Amino acid sequence: MTVRQTAEALGLTLLCGDGDREISGVYVGDLLSRCMSRVTEGCLWITIMSNINAVAVAALTDPACIVFCEDVEIDDVVLDRARENDIAIAKSTLDAYALCVAYHNACGENQ
Amino acid sequence: MSEAVKFHFDVDGSDFSSAGAASVMVKKKLRQLGYPPEVIRKVSIAMYEGEINMVIHANGGTADVEVYDNEIVIILSDKGPGIPNIELAMQEGYSTARDNIRNLGFGAGMGLPNMKKYTDSMEIDTRIGEGTTITMRVSL
Repeated sequence: MTVRQTAEALGLTLLCGDGDREISGVYVGDLLSRCMSRVTEGCLWITIMSNINAVAVAALTDPACIVFCEDVEIDDVVLDRARENDIAIAKSTLDAYALCVAYHNACGENQ
Repeated sequence: MSEAVKFHFDVDGSDFSSAGAASVMVKKKLRQLGYPPEVIRKVSIAMYEGEINMVIHANGGTADVEVYDNEIVIILSDKGPGIPNIELAMQEGYSTARDNIRNLGFGAGMGLPNMKKYTDSMEIDTRIGEGTTITMRVSL
């Protein structure tokens, strides 16, 4: 599924970035050093760590989209930095577990 | 052997919002130069961790990246407090970062272990009260 298809299926709000990119896998994590080594190219990275440093991690690891979950606040400066680095960002009111379940179900329906 | 391509960066220790900027720049340069994604990933992770460590613990420093035919060398140098116990600092999960740093998502105690894991060699030259220089090599 693409980022946009996933956003529609999971009820995410896509805030910036390329919606046509294909997603390959999911990673959930908030500790940035761990995310640095575990977020893979093209994955969906679900986190509550909505600060500018998460964007730096994404600029280096190249996920298809960061999903800031649990309705965490997102500063404009975070979105500006994401746009500068061509990083897709979406947000959700759901928690990480609910998003993973929804993604899993959506993948099944799209097969 | 052709001449090395060299990059130099000053890492600002007072600005957390720009932490990682040098690593992102190096990643873009290596991509432009056509290096394989796995090499770029190793260099990016190792350098980012080093950069963050310099911001958290040493009020910034310098980062030099030298690209040779057979390896990429990353030299991170700071004038911070030094590392009192390297063996302890190399243990996954050990961190001396303060709570305000942990709240930003850092301080997981993965910095130095990640730097070692994602490079082919790492040397630490640290002097208490004077600073630390870390030299990492990624083979090509």
